[in-house]
Amino acid sequence: MMTSWFKSGAPWIWLNAAAVSTCLIMVVGVLGLVAVRGVGHFWPHQVTRFSYQEEGKQPRTIIGEKVDTSITPAAMAKATGFKMADDEETLVQYLIKTGNRDVTGADFLWIQARNVKEHSDPVNMMVVERREWGNFYGQLLEVKEGGKMIASGDQAWPVLQAKITDALGVYKEIAHLEKKEIGAINYALERLRLKQRKLELQNRLDDAAKQQIAEEKAGFEVEYKQYQTQLADLYQKMRRNSMVAKTESGSTLEIPLTKVVRAFQPNAMSLSDKLIHYGAKVWEFLTDDPREANTEGGIFPAIFGTVMMVMLMSVFVTPFGVIAAVYLREYAKQGFTTRLIRIAVNNLAGVPSVVYGVFGLGFFVYILGGNIDRLFFPESAPAPVYGTPGLLWASITLALLTLPVVIVSTEEGLARIPSSIREGSLALGATKLETLWLTVLPMASPAMMTGLILAVARAAGEVAPLMLVGVVKLAPALPLDGNFPFLHLDRKFMHLGFHIYDVGFQSPNVEAARPLVYATALLLVLVIVGLNLAAILIRNNLREKYRALEG
Amino acid sequence: MSAQQERTHSIDMSSVLRGKEASEHTNEVCIKVENLNLFYGEKQALHGINMEMLKKRVTAYIGPSGCGKSTLLRCINRMNDLVDSARIDGKILLDGENIYDKEVRVAALRRRVGMVFQKPNPFPKSIFENVAYGLRIQGVNDKRILEETVENALRGAALWDEMKDRLNDNALGMSGGQQQRLVIARAIAIEPEVLLLDEPASALDPISTLKIEELINELKEKYTIVIVTHNMQQAARVSDYTAFMYMGELIEIGATSELFTNPVKKQTEDYITGRYG
Repeated sequence: MMTSWFKSGAPWIWLNAAAVSTCLIMVVGVLGLVAVRGVGHFWPHQVTRFSYQEEGKQPRTIIGEKVDTSITPAAMAKATGFKMADDEETLVQYLIKTGNRDVTGADFLWIQARNVKEHSDPVNMMVVERREWGNFYGQLLEVKEGGKMIASGDQAWPVLQAKITDALGVYKEIAHLEKKEIGAINYALERLRLKQRKLELQNRLDDAAKQQIAEEKAGFEVEYKQYQTQLADLYQKMRRNSMVAKTESGSTLEIPLTKVVRAFQPNAMSLSDKLIHYGAKVWEFLTDDPREANTEGGIFPAIFGTVMMVMLMSVFVTPFGVIAAVYLREYAKQGFTTRLIRIAVNNLAGVPSVVYGVFGLGFFVYILGGNIDRLFFPESAPAPVYGTPGLLWASITLALLTLPVVIVSTEEGLARIPSSIREGSLALGATKLETLWLTVLPMASPAMMTGLILAVARAAGEVAPLMLVGVVKLAPALPLDGNFPFLHLDRKFMHLGFHIYDVGFQSPNVEAARPLVYATALLLVLVIVGLNLAAILIRNNLREKYRALEG
Repeated sequence: MSAQQERTHSIDMSSVLRGKEASEHTNEVCIKVENLNLFYGEKQALHGINMEMLKKRVTAYIGPSGCGKSTLLRCINRMNDLVDSARIDGKILLDGENIYDKEVRVAALRRRVGMVFQKPNPFPKSIFENVAYGLRIQGVNDKRILEETVENALRGAALWDEMKDRLNDNALGMSGGQQQRLVIARAIAIEPEVLLLDEPASALDPISTLKIEELINELKEKYTIVIVTHNMQQAARVSDYTAFMYMGELIEIGATSELFTNPVKKQTEDYITGRYG
């Protein structure tokens, strides 16, 4: 009976199917976990007020979001030092996000369910997202302008919202002035300094040049002063307003509106309000700069850095890989040497990525970059320009890392082109080069795209080598901006993969940052899927165009 | 070697010159093969071939599989250069000029000697671009000239009426027979002197085959044609002269009507009467 079942081949089929389903479950599980944890973070959670009394202590009020629940068996709880009654089988604890780090010193608090005497979700519970000290949880008392109370009680909420909107407008203006206008002036001043230094080094800094530079400098400084006064006005305007709120312990706290990103009352929100709030939060996450050591705000610079780096890498790796593959397949005499080269190329794909990082740092950054600095940028010494990790070196290092896949797939593509097509072209009087350019390479382009897709998939997820050759926790400026020459390949950049590591493991506020780890991971997956889909679409178009001959 | 050479030398060229329509044409020699030997590595594939092919006639090569007829054809436009192990000695004179001379540029030679392969091999481009390919590599980009040439070539290959509204369609969407005529159009677009056809109809259905044969009859007005075929009826229908090859040797060459009705050699007779091959 059993043997016949084995002989029927059914167990083998079951085994195969089991392997496939395990893979599927793992993929769905990973994406599901990341999606649920990451996506849920932006939803406005209920804010609960707990009346809490621990044995032998004063009763107190705790206000916050319930983030997590942990259930511990009684025996284990006893062992860790909790006092347990005989009839208690488990110890239930809640993790509450209480915020108010400036008041209490911590954002999170574990409480025991058995000590909660009463809990409710009052409508007027307010959450304030701030630029410093994390969230605030409490009740709004009044809104002040220039130190004077302008609204209190029920009228305070709409007035607060209006004032916050104003303040955000002003804040945006300030940010624009500081980053764009003053940033451009600083950039120009730095270039002037370098110009002066360069002339000095070349012994060409005569009085005329000095005069000219001084004039230009003066011009910029006048402009700078104007912006300075403008800025001071704006700051003045924004600092006038503040709000007064009551914390859980009953004390009051005055929060200047300069520090407020948004205030909302989650318990009073309808579903549509919540959806709007959610959309706004997601949008902020996608488009804003990070705040508070990357634990709040957005991750736009990291998205931008990742995409930029992958695109630059593609620009480097595709021509290089294709040319190498063409030589190997079309021109080199097939034999021992080409076999050896192919083995070497394939093994290159197996080298751990961090080794590439070390190579990139040692060769590209220090040797190449150092020499470029010595030769072309002597004026900026001792500050390095290209002799320090940056976008260019990171892209080139990853290009090197992904070179084997491009070479291998291009070679396969070239080998698949039927010889009848080549002969057809040669028989019309085309030379080998013409045949290659007009017929063979276009027909092999889908294979090149396949190589590029694999390269992109690998490069976008790579973190280890990047840490050595250009990624930083917080980049002061994007590698692409309005200052000539617009694309700054020497700048350091942020990267989603590194951001995950940084937020997850290097963050001062791990509990607060954890959901962001999932959200960032989800985004990284989406970015890679997006890049891949784009490449696959292009490839399928090419395939359709150069559909191989039947047979 | 000497025995084979004698045999090929002993072919009575007068029978060639008595070809069926010989009197209507000049009998200028277009291609002359002299003592051609070809080796693939150690193995000799062609043994001392000597033959002449006349201008604006159709010469057919027949013989059993592996007899070297395709190899010989591919020597005429030096396609065998692509095979690394191939080594050739002897001469092929095209209009009195040895094509294996060091000074001869292969690409230029192939412009003069067009070739159509057994399986249709259009490029994955539009019909127009397929036909214009040869001109484009010669640097012709004038739209008017290209259009004119493409039209003439397609008319020459009896494709114009079917394809004039589909010039921008991908050539891979055509039927096998149409593709083969497109490949012929592509070859004649650059106005070669000689057309080499390597079993051009063997992958086609009977109706397409018939069309190709009609086309060959028209094309010989302008081109010297050499055709390799498996099909003796086809050779009889389309060619003026027929060469019978066996085991890498040229056994007999003569006017087609003569060779099929009154072969000189026993082997030829055995082959055309279907005793082997």
